[in-house]
Amino acid sequence: MSGTRDITVTVNGATYPVSVEPRLLLVDFLRHTLGLTGTHVGCEHGVCGACTVLVDGDSARACLMLAIQADGRSIDTVEGLGRIGQMNALQESFHTHHALQCGFCTPGMLMTATDLLQKYPLATDDDIRRGLSGNLCRCTGYEHIVRAVRAVVDKRKAAP
Amino acid sequence: MKLPPFEYACPATIAEAVALLAAHNGEAKLLAGGQSLLPMLAFRVAAPSLLVDLGKLSELRQIRVADEGVTIGAMVRWRDVLAHAQLHAAHPLLVAAVQHVAHHQIRNRGTIGGSLAHADPAAELPGVAVTCDADITVVGRAGERVIAARDFFRGPLMTALKADEIITEVHLPAWPARRRFGFCEFARRRGDFALAAAAVFYDPDGAGHVHNAHIGAIGVADAPLRLAQVELVINGRALDDATIARAEAAASAAVDPADDIHASGAYRKHLIGVMVERALRSAAG
Repeated sequence: MSGTRDITVTVNGATYPVSVEPRLLLVDFLRHTLGLTGTHVGCEHGVCGACTVLVDGDSARACLMLAIQADGRSIDTVEGLGRIGQMNALQESFHTHHALQCGFCTPGMLMTATDLLQKYPLATDDDIRRGLSGNLCRCTGYEHIVRAVRAVVDKRKAAP
Repeated sequence: MKLPPFEYACPATIAEAVALLAAHNGEAKLLAGGQSLLPMLAFRVAAPSLLVDLGKLSELRQIRVADEGVTIGAMVRWRDVLAHAQLHAAHPLLVAAVQHVAHHQIRNRGTIGGSLAHADPAAELPGVAVTCDADITVVGRAGERVIAARDFFRGPLMTALKADEIITEVHLPAWPARRRFGFCEFARRRGDFALAAAAVFYDPDGAGHVHNAHIGAIGVADAPLRLAQVELVINGRALDDATIARAEAAASAAVDPADDIHASGAYRKHLIGVMVERALRSAAG
């Protein structure tokens, strides 16, 4: 067995000095070590996108990254977007447009969409679909998710 | 699936990384972006005793655009290629191919060097490297050596890399401004590995005829291929419908893919012809 290593990770703005086993996945670190269970574990091999978080602002699959690789980095999870009663604009839009049914894919969808919204103009629905291609949803058929992201883009254009 | 246990090191220099590889006698694996390696660990396809994380080697993150071509460091991510202002003009075929690599989140982490070392026969970059006569620079205990892409890929997930060697960069020869190119890929879902893909370019001569054709095929053999038979068919000719039809037939005839769970060999054989046909039409504009 390999021993543990000391790392320092910032998650949603708070800094955590912790000791981790090298093989610990970032997603398990978030859920088990920190108790942040908003990030979901789906396929655990990089296919479904449910575990998507932001690493230094870039969306990444938390099941394809070791916690130890997050040493010195800043991670954002769905818990950092908002909370019940105080959802952010993207979360409100998912609510308004019925962009979720079972909710399992939702944290990953929200984090990927957050990354897309901060980087790209998303001028067409195809841009949104292309950007979300790495997140699987088995309920909605994606239509309402695209609508929810589209509404945020349109609102942003209307009030720059 | 949780990963098997392993030791971990994050060296600050390439020399240190080489020494770690050498000391572990083939039992160590390099960790670049981890987008292929971590699933392999999860599935127990790989169970190295040591992971050597290249994350601190910032000298491997450079992209250099010069008169003699484009040189890209092994730790450059797909996202860095797509975001690089000069690369779109300096190597449009590379950029077109990278747009087909996996998904947004994977492109934020996956690297050039990782893709070359992983050597998936259906991956885009190995195919582009072979098509474009790329050179791959590696460093090991014995020093640095340069391996031509055509000699680098030995089979599915097999390369010419020795156990103590690290890819440092890949060099793509200069791209003339008048060069025509096309990249065409078919996958069942966006972001999946290609069932087949074609990377093509040529330099039109004064009469607009094809000169210096390079035709690459991805996903139809144990490693990416150059299709010399197709190049012979189109070199010296105008890319009219008849020539493109002959190229399509020659591409299908040139390969003999095996059946697998994703597609039959016969289907892939047909598909590579269609991919070459579409890539050539796109190149001819």
